[in-house]
Amino acid sequence: MASALLYDRLQFAFTVTFHYLFPQLTIGLALLLLYLRSRALVSGDDHYNQVARFWTKIFALSFAFGVVTGIPLEFQFGTNWAKFSNFAGGVIGQTLAMEGLFAFFLESSFLGILLFDEGRFSQRVQWAASLMLFLGSWLSGYFILATNAWMQHPVAYTVAPDGRLFVDSLSGLLTNPWLVWQFAHNMTAAVVTASFVVAAVGSFYLLSGLHVKYAKTFLRTGVVAGAIATALMIFPTGHENARQVFEHQPVKGAAFEGLFKTERGAGMVLIGQPNLETMTIDNPLVVPDVLSLVLFDELYATVKGLEAFPRAEWPDNVALLYYAYHVMAGLGTILVSIMGLSLFWLWQGRLFTANWLLWLLMLAAPFPYLATTAGWMTAELGRQPWLVYGLLRTADGVSPLVHSGNALFTLLGYLGIYLMLGLLFLFLMAEIIRHGPASSFPESANP
Amino acid sequence: METFWYIAVTLMLAVFVVLDGFDFGLGIVYAFVAKNETDRRAALAAIGPIWNGNEVWLIAAGGLLFFAFPKAYSAGFSGFYLALHLVLWLLIARGLALELRSHVDHALWRQFWDVAFAGASLLLAVVFGVALGNLIRGVPLNPEGYFFVALWTNFMTGPEPGILDWFTVLIGATSAAILAMHGANFLAMKTEGQLRNRARRAAWLTGSAGIILVGLALTSVPFVQPLFFLNYAAHPIGYIFPVLSIATLLSALLIRRRNWDAGAFSATSLLILTMLGSTAWGSYPNILIATNDPANSLTVTNATAGVYGLQAGLWWFLFGFILLIAYQACAHQAFRGKVKLGAH
Repeated sequence: MASALLYDRLQFAFTVTFHYLFPQLTIGLALLLLYLRSRALVSGDDHYNQVARFWTKIFALSFAFGVVTGIPLEFQFGTNWAKFSNFAGGVIGQTLAMEGLFAFFLESSFLGILLFDEGRFSQRVQWAASLMLFLGSWLSGYFILATNAWMQHPVAYTVAPDGRLFVDSLSGLLTNPWLVWQFAHNMTAAVVTASFVVAAVGSFYLLSGLHVKYAKTFLRTGVVAGAIATALMIFPTGHENARQVFEHQPVKGAAFEGLFKTERGAGMVLIGQPNLETMTIDNPLVVPDVLSLVLFDELYATVKGLEAFPRAEWPDNVALLYYAYHVMAGLGTILVSIMGLSLFWLWQGRLFTANWLLWLLMLAAPFPYLATTAGWMTAELGRQPWLVYGLLRTADGVSPLVHSGNALFTLLGYLGIYLMLGLLFLFLMAEIIRHGPASSFPESANP
Repeated sequence: METFWYIAVTLMLAVFVVLDGFDFGLGIVYAFVAKNETDRRAALAAIGPIWNGNEVWLIAAGGLLFFAFPKAYSAGFSGFYLALHLVLWLLIARGLALELRSHVDHALWRQFWDVAFAGASLLLAVVFGVALGNLIRGVPLNPEGYFFVALWTNFMTGPEPGILDWFTVLIGATSAAILAMHGANFLAMKTEGQLRNRARRAAWLTGSAGIILVGLALTSVPFVQPLFFLNYAAHPIGYIFPVLSIATLLSALLIRRRNWDAGAFSATSLLILTMLGSTAWGSYPNILIATNDPANSLTVTNATAGVYGLQAGLWWFLFGFILLIAYQACAHQAFRGKVKLGAH
């Protein structure tokens, strides 16, 4: 069954990574859309409604891809991870069922109203619908993250006589201390993605000399939201997440940093390749003592290295985990610099004529996606070899009777289908952007 | 407590089949009744704003099954591995067809998604029926409570059955006919003119096929799964479900003849509810029936989550259920009445 385990893992990793490309945009856009609709309602300026209408189309496209790629995830808990579902269903069944009941119905019922408005509904109704959409998508994130936070840091459970886990405090599950900073970090990241996308489309229009009035609104909205969100990404949300990891999962933290040996006054590795044979970092570029300082507020605090833990407890792909963490943190730094610079230029009134900066904003759009993906790889690779941290190993969670031939069949199927979906999404995004904010394309109300 | 959740999961699934059922049914008759672009746009506009909300009932029902009966969820989903992934791929194709058809103004683009929509709808209606057939017939569960069935073996309902056998295919065909009638009734209710007339005719034809198929299915169930027969014999009050099924099916056809579209749609909705009710009544307390050894069957007692969790769930479930009825009522209310097409 060893190879079935590999295919099961690859399939979940691939389908969840691909899926999350879409919700990170919709979660962030939901907040920006609520802002735009509120602004339109307060100022009575229809321009903001038109801007909101354009971004609702992009929201809807990303939402549709998010929905169709999301359904396979809920099913895969059962199809590929039956033993895990049986083991932990008495706990995480709560949050997953609540997501369906409280979040999905909100989103899907009210997106219809925003998309098919065509003068059918009043401004207040549209504003209320965008509030519901925001609540729905953020609640959905909350319940999914509650599930993941429980897998990272299990709380509020009892062990039944047959070894399965049952929840013993619903409020404990929903207020898992791990969840607080994870939720803040993840939702802020979604706002970062949305801000960069909004600013990039604005830059594209402005550089092309098209839809100039819209472009400036896109840029103002994207840059202000992006500057706030990228700053919050690093401090306090990113910082607190890292502390949390070093406190509860020190072996994962050591792998993040590529820290092999326990050190007093540990340094922070900026660049370098972890060498698992010699247990050192090749070609290192290290800032001395900083890691100790950041984690424990003390220059000479001791940080435990990987060698302090038995090898069976190590994450099973230390090098990939190290790179994922460094890509996330490195891109985070780049993103905050771009947005900080743009905000300054905006404040100075020079942004709209600074072509080099507009180019930079336009080309930067893919990077928040990469940063978010790397961030999730950091969290999930770091959880290995555990499926439920400290309680269930990943190898013990797979479906017992699904053999590797079947698992590979569906993995290949998803690879093929999602390749087509990805191309389709890019093509349709380009179509919406090409038609521009002033057009009624696509005529969703009249399929 | 377990019985409450058995009913709740069944109810969520039944509402899914009633609501998304008309979307699927519309897809089945779509190719036959929508003859030109105006018809097709009208047909799709009838479900455009609401189909997604309807499909959420499936996700919610799945989530609820996971929550209340994790053992049955994990056994069932891993055992029907291939069929479930095929369902997922079909749902992807169908969802994208509905969302993307209007995005490119080109005849070939629309034709492609029309075929995807109609084909995926038909296959899904059949597969959901086949799934129901599998639940009735049972599966070979091992003592640990797991199983794995191939897509087909020898097409017989023996102790080592496949997902497809003569019985499950019969239920699949029945499902497709009933849902097609249901969808055609919905379309007739939402449209006017030639399109409505063709939808009425399609409902009549598929309903007539439905009568024969439902008759065959009801007769074969006691042979395939004697347990059902015993359950009904022990609690004859349950006969109300199959009797109502036959009554609603006949009245659906009679009302259809009088061209009262809303009445016919209500009748097919009731028909779906009572048919699923019949199955749930016959199966209880089993969720997954073992074909090899009855001791291996997964029931509401041995597949359940813990007592505290189920009790805590009661509060949020009732609260959430009221909320979701409110949202769905809002959405359906907002798009009530006949479809009106804007200028193209």
